Order: sequence, then C-alpha cells, then structure tokens
Amino acid sequence: MNPRITFAIAGRVLIQLRRDHRTLAMLLVLPCAILTLLWWMFDGQGGGFSDLGPPLLALIPFVVMFLVTSVTTLRERSSGTLERLLAMPTGRGDFLAGYALAFGLVAAVQSTLAVLLSFLVLDLDVTGPPWMLVVVAVADAVLGTALGLFVSAFARTEFQAVQFMPALVIPQILLCGLFLPRELMPPALELISDVLPLSYAVDAMTAVSETSGAALGGVSGEVWYDLAIVLGFAFAGLALGAVTLRRRTA
Amino acid sequence: MMKNEAVVEVQDLVVQRGLVQAIRGISFSTAPGEVTGLLGPSGCGKSTLMRAVVGVQIIRSGTVSVLGLPAGDKRLRDRVGYVTQAPSVYDDLTVAENLRFFARVLGVRGDEVRRCIDAVDLGSRENHVVSRLSGGQRSRVSLAVALLGNPDVLVLDEPTVGLDPVLRRDLWAMFHELADQGTAVLVSSHVMDEAERCDRLLLMRDGALLAAETPPALLERTDTSDVEDAFLALVETEGVAA
Repeated sequence: MNPRITFAIAGRVLIQLRRDHRTLAMLLVLPCAILTLLWWMFDGQGGGFSDLGPPLLALIPFVVMFLVTSVTTLRERSSGTLERLLAMPTGRGDFLAGYALAFGLVAAVQSTLAVLLSFLVLDLDVTGPPWMLVVVAVADAVLGTALGLFVSAFARTEFQAVQFMPALVIPQILLCGLFLPRELMPPALELISDVLPLSYAVDAMTAVSETSGAALGGVSGEVWYDLAIVLGFAFAGLALGAVTLRRRTA
Repeated sequence: MMKNEAVVEVQDLVVQRGLVQAIRGISFSTAPGEVTGLLGPSGCGKSTLMRAVVGVQIIRSGTVSVLGLPAGDKRLRDRVGYVTQAPSVYDDLTVAENLRFFARVLGVRGDEVRRCIDAVDLGSRENHVVSRLSGGQRSRVSLAVALLGNPDVLVLDEPTVGLDPVLRRDLWAMFHELADQGTAVLVSSHVMDEAERCDRLLLMRDGALLAAETPPALLERTDTSDVEDAFLALVETEGVAA
C-alpha cells in the first residue's frame, strides 16, 4: 500500500461528492430530517425518541454508505477507471482504503450534525458520552462502505446494485433488535442475528446510550466489545472486497 | 535501451473469451521509436490483444512481454500508458482534476498536468467538467492521462475515432513525435486509411494476424495501391488457401 495513492483516491472521491450538491445535501440533511421526524412522532409520548434515536444513528450511516459506495464502485468498474487505476501502480488496498477514508470522513461530519441536533434541539437522553455516538456511527459507516464495495462486484448495473439494499440490508434491519429484542426472537433467528454485522452496530449504539462505565473513554466495556466486532466485520468486508478487485479479467 | 530491441513481444498468444477464441495464436513484436498500427474490423480482437499487452487480460496460452518483463508486471505499471476505447476518466471531475488525480497516483510532477492537457489541445477546456465535453474531447482527456509521466510504451485503443480530421492529423503527428523520442506506440484503428500513417502495420481479422510489415512492403507484396485493397487481397488468398 502507498499512502500517496490512498490519499489521492480519498481526495478525489471527496471532490466528486463536493461537485454533486444534491447528493451532498442529502447526505448531510437527511439524517437530521429523519431524526426530527422520529422525535416529532413521539412528541408527547414520553421516552420513545431516546430509545429509537440511537439505533437510528447507527442505521443511517450504514445504509447510506452501503448504497453510495456500491453505486460509485460499480461506476468505477463499468467506466474502466478501476481497470486504469489497477494498470497503474495502484494497489487494491490503496483503492479500498481510499474509499473507506473518504466515506468515513463524510460519515463523521454526517453523524456529528445528527448528534448535535439530537442533543441540542431534540433533547436526546443518553447515559454514555455523546461523542462516542459519533465514533460508533463512523465505524458503522465504514462497515457500510466495506459491504457496499464487496457487493458491487456482483452487480452488473446500478439497478442491480440498488436491489442489494432490500436483499442484504433490510433483513439485517429486521433482525438487529430494533423491532424486537434479539433474545426474544425464535432461536434460529436469534442465531442468525448473532452473525449479522448490523446487530453489533445497533448494540454498540444502544450500549452507549443506556450504559456508562469506567472503561476507556467513560463508556462500558460492552461498547468497545461491540465496536471491535463491527470493525472486524468492516475489515473482513474490505478483505473480501479486495478479492473482487481483479487486475486481470476475462 | 538499445535501438531495435523489441518493446512488445507477443508469442503464440491465445485468448479465450467465453465460447469464442478471441485471439488465435498471434506472434509479433514492436520496436522503440515506431508507431505500430493495429488495424482490423470491429470485433476482430484488437482490444483484447491490447488488453493482453497491458496485462489486464486473462490469457489461455502464449507469452506477452513488454520491455523484457512479463506484461502487467509491477515494474511496468508506470512505464506503460494505456487508453481504453471508452474514455476511462471521471465524468464528474474537470479535465484538470482528472489529470491531477492520475498524476498523484503515478507520482509524477505537477507540471506534467499542464503539458499533457496542452498536448491534446484541451487548454481552453481544462476547468470544464468532463461530462459536459463532446465525445471526442472526452477521449482526448483519456489520452492525456496516458501521456502523464512520458511512458516508454503507449497502448492506444482507437484514440482517433470520431475526431475532426485536423485534430486526427495533429494527434498522429504527436504519436510520431513521441516515437521519435523513443516511445513505442501501439495504436489500433478500424479505419484502414489510418494505416498509411503508421511505421509498421499489424492487420488483424477474426483473432488472427493477416500481415505484420511496413505499409510499403504490404502494398508491394499484395500488388495493391491502398491498405483496404491489400486487406481484401489477403482475405481472398486466405480463402483460396482454405
């Protein structure tokens, strides 16, 4: 891997995003709008927003980065720019790390805005430190980026890439514990939810909001444990993604 | 590098693409300081052959070496410039942003960007987003990227398609200029009248080479006056032989 190339790729992805005003606006404004909608829905009902807000803070960066990455990488594959980059001194690791870096950064801005809004305006009530919500959100975004990179190898068109969302993401949303605590699910589904990355992404966020502890950063050890699993999945996703980036093709 | 030492050396190359044998046993070599034209109708395997030279094509058998190294070798990645048929640049970046990005990836000096944009005559468009450019301008952006860092070998897949004749003439002049400075240039085209602009010709049909020689030698051997007729003559003799 070569840091010069990694940063070149990350910088280029960010310039592309900056040029696409509509996408950029949606990336930054939509999460806030959705959280506000959730808050409004529970207005006058008591606790609801503080229970569902944190899981949503985990879901949004994951889903958004999954979609954005799978479409952009598919574009790189079909436009020939990926082939050109790989025919140059670019390593597969540079390509993946460049994307993860760029979208991780976008996720950091996105989640900071969403967290600020939740605390300052919407009165979100959490036990752990608020900045930890941003850390977890960035990890979730990198996870989404990693999985998006991987699945883009299996799509030939952008239509197909978008269909991976209902195929791979919605089942994870159903099983992540948002609708029904995971331990109340039929045993087979609980087992499945145990091996799905989004379950840990949501668990980590919920743990920040409901627990506090003496572990590193004033959060409970549980948070760091879930976060480590999320990053493990992200790393595995990037490794699988690397396998799909072929320098030589038929 | 010694003069006349082969730059691209292809031996008994066979490429299978799905059910089709796209390249059916081809051998040839190109020299530094020469513009080699790869000519043949659409679908005859030109692009596949060029991909094999760049080292991005899975091959069935045979060998392809470039500058004495196996095609696609790590050490070749900043010495071979490659332009695919469809322009492979970022549509949503400006001309200059595209060039600056690829210059950083290649690790070449910033002033290369200026030189390469000027070389393809896009100076007046450098701050335009690529998606707003015409097809011909887009392929020139792609060509400019391949020129970054003065590669020893240039592999250009139909770089002049759809361009205005004046620009086509200028680009061919540039290919010869680059060749004179020692670059080996391999250019493909399906337009036979571009053949006369090449130092050496590779005539291709149906995955096989019909001829590999200089244009005058080809015309003399086939007793014809232009490359189009020479191509027909070669196809017909092949037909008789079969």
